[in-house]
Amino acid sequence: MSEASETSDVNHASDVNDASEELEIDLPEEIDVDNPVWPYLRKDRIPHIWCPGCGIGTTVNCFARALTDSEIDLDRVAIVSGIGCTGRVAGYLNLDSFHTTHGRAIPFATGLKLANPRLKVVVYSGDGDLFAIGGNHFVHAARRNMDLLVICVNNFTYGMTGGQMGPTTPVGAVQSTMPYGNFETPFNLPFLADACGAVYVARWTVYNVRQLGRAMKEGLEKRGFVFIEALAPCPTLYSRRNKLGDGVDQLKYYKANSVVKNGADTKEVGLSFQGEISVGKFVDRERPTWLEAMDAHYAQVFAGEYVPHGGLHGED
Amino acid sequence: MQADPKGVLTGAHFLDGDQAACEGALAAGCRFVAGYPITPSTEVVERFAARIPLVGGVFIQMEDEIASSIAIQGAVWAGQKAMTVTSGPGLSLMMEHVGFAAMTETLCVFVDVQRAGPSTGLPTLPGQGDMMQVKWGSHGDYEPIALVPSSPQECFDLMIRAFNLAETFRAPVFFMMDEVVGHMTERVVIPGASAIEVAERRLTRKKPGEYRPFEANGDLVPDMVRSGEGYRIHVTGLTHDERGYRAMTAAAHGRLVERLSNKVRANRDRLVDVREDGVDGADVVVVSYGITSRVAARAVAEARERGVRAGHLRLVIAWPFPARRVREIAARAKAFVVPELNLGQMALEVERAAGGRAVVVPVPHAGGTVHEPAAILEKILEAKG
Repeated sequence: MSEASETSDVNHASDVNDASEELEIDLPEEIDVDNPVWPYLRKDRIPHIWCPGCGIGTTVNCFARALTDSEIDLDRVAIVSGIGCTGRVAGYLNLDSFHTTHGRAIPFATGLKLANPRLKVVVYSGDGDLFAIGGNHFVHAARRNMDLLVICVNNFTYGMTGGQMGPTTPVGAVQSTMPYGNFETPFNLPFLADACGAVYVARWTVYNVRQLGRAMKEGLEKRGFVFIEALAPCPTLYSRRNKLGDGVDQLKYYKANSVVKNGADTKEVGLSFQGEISVGKFVDRERPTWLEAMDAHYAQVFAGEYVPHGGLHGED
Repeated sequence: MQADPKGVLTGAHFLDGDQAACEGALAAGCRFVAGYPITPSTEVVERFAARIPLVGGVFIQMEDEIASSIAIQGAVWAGQKAMTVTSGPGLSLMMEHVGFAAMTETLCVFVDVQRAGPSTGLPTLPGQGDMMQVKWGSHGDYEPIALVPSSPQECFDLMIRAFNLAETFRAPVFFMMDEVVGHMTERVVIPGASAIEVAERRLTRKKPGEYRPFEANGDLVPDMVRSGEGYRIHVTGLTHDERGYRAMTAAAHGRLVERLSNKVRANRDRLVDVREDGVDGADVVVVSYGITSRVAARAVAEARERGVRAGHLRLVIAWPFPARRVREIAARAKAFVVPELNLGQMALEVERAAGGRAVVVPVPHAGGTVHEPAAILEKILEAKG
């Protein structure tokens, strides 16, 4: 259903871009030299589908810097996305990448990680994908402390299908399926992740590029279920419909209204329409991952008889 | 390749079909199962959960069947052989991921221990109502492979074949049991590991940069790689080209979807598997599968005692359907009798293949129990004319 709506939605700007993606584009040579992100991208997939002023590309820049700074072996990083604008990240990054079904990036990533524990598996998807259709998987993966880095680009809306209300849309915001303003209570994502047992929870906006990049680096280095919420503008559908200006105006809003509250009680960091934004690292704790718990438990139950699960690559 | 002895429980056992299916999967090299409890299939995953710590691998009970059916596909891309196990309601939830497996050529095994439906139906009682669902259940065109065991021994033997076929065709394979076959206990003989042939994953010999994950070979099946080995693959459920990149054109779509279907269609004759008993020269041929074939065998024997020239054709592989064989038989026999625990699903396929050359008499049964042999016998006697 999701792909059908994605491709039949003729009103949305990204579909115009979809067609242009088939064109041969001559890219200037100097991009190779000047842009530190370039080596992380699939050059033959550029230009991307994202609208001018969209914040998803900024998160990808931050992620690329996090990959550089963490010095992780890129052959061992796999990225898994669901469906939607953010779901397209998997297609642009030059890593093992999986563009799965709507809402199901986390369970796919779970299978990938458990079958080869040497992989660093990153789930990179949007708020609608991860928390509406995929909400149940998020809750359980966090509970299990599955060793995944989950990056949610939260733009408060379903961009790919034309700006419908989602599980993070603030009360009062106008969306195509809430034409008179949203009256549903949205999720406070850090609180949800914290309550479910995530070992690391942070929120930054795409204005805070250094902090967001640093959080992603910490996320890559941390074992266990890591959740990073990145607030990002959707100028085409969210800002315009709510008369909030363009992408830059939204960045100005982030700059003026973000308050760093490291270690804050996640109960207190919920978002309101154009209100204050609590940002920071809220949770950083230790807990055995699912695989560590399984190995420790069976080693105790079966003693020498247990065949430890190291995936296909042994115990490395 | 020979089976890994760690997973092979060599010897003669007294097992039910669910347990035998689990042993078949272990013998075939399956080391990753994701599942969600559902009657009457749960014993398969319960046994896997109990066995796997001593074999080496993972069982994870997921939050639902949707998660289970995509977790196994993640495991496959990491290089494992994987399956999920369910029954009708769970199978309905998995359908989007059946399509994802077909589209991304993620080989995996879906085990369906059928109960009577629709909806929650009769959870603890048999049905065979999912036969058309596995053929057509996910949107778009694809060609499933489906095996239909009729005994615990076959649950073991055919499960190994199910995994081997998945590896050979890089396609989802369905293992269509039913509640009675799943819960009946019989002697199951498991041979030594050296006597069990298992298919190895066909990994590419090309280097990163040269390898294209969806570029077919002569047999239409692309070679695979494992995530984490530097190939930087991209896998998407969108229509894609040989590189795996999305390709939003009718031409690219036709090329891909036709190849996905053709890799099974072109190998139909190799895949088709039926067991025949007195079919040549028969006036009436009973076509059956799963538990119903064991009831049908009795009805066929009784018909013969009454002087009817009756034959029995049992489907071991239901999809692809043995249409050519049914067409040949239709040219000589008067009628087909098709008993099944649904209101006439595979009977439609028999009718299509017979093409009007022989009468097709369904013996519908909504499920909940098996047929009485007399019900099948009655139709045989009617059909002989």
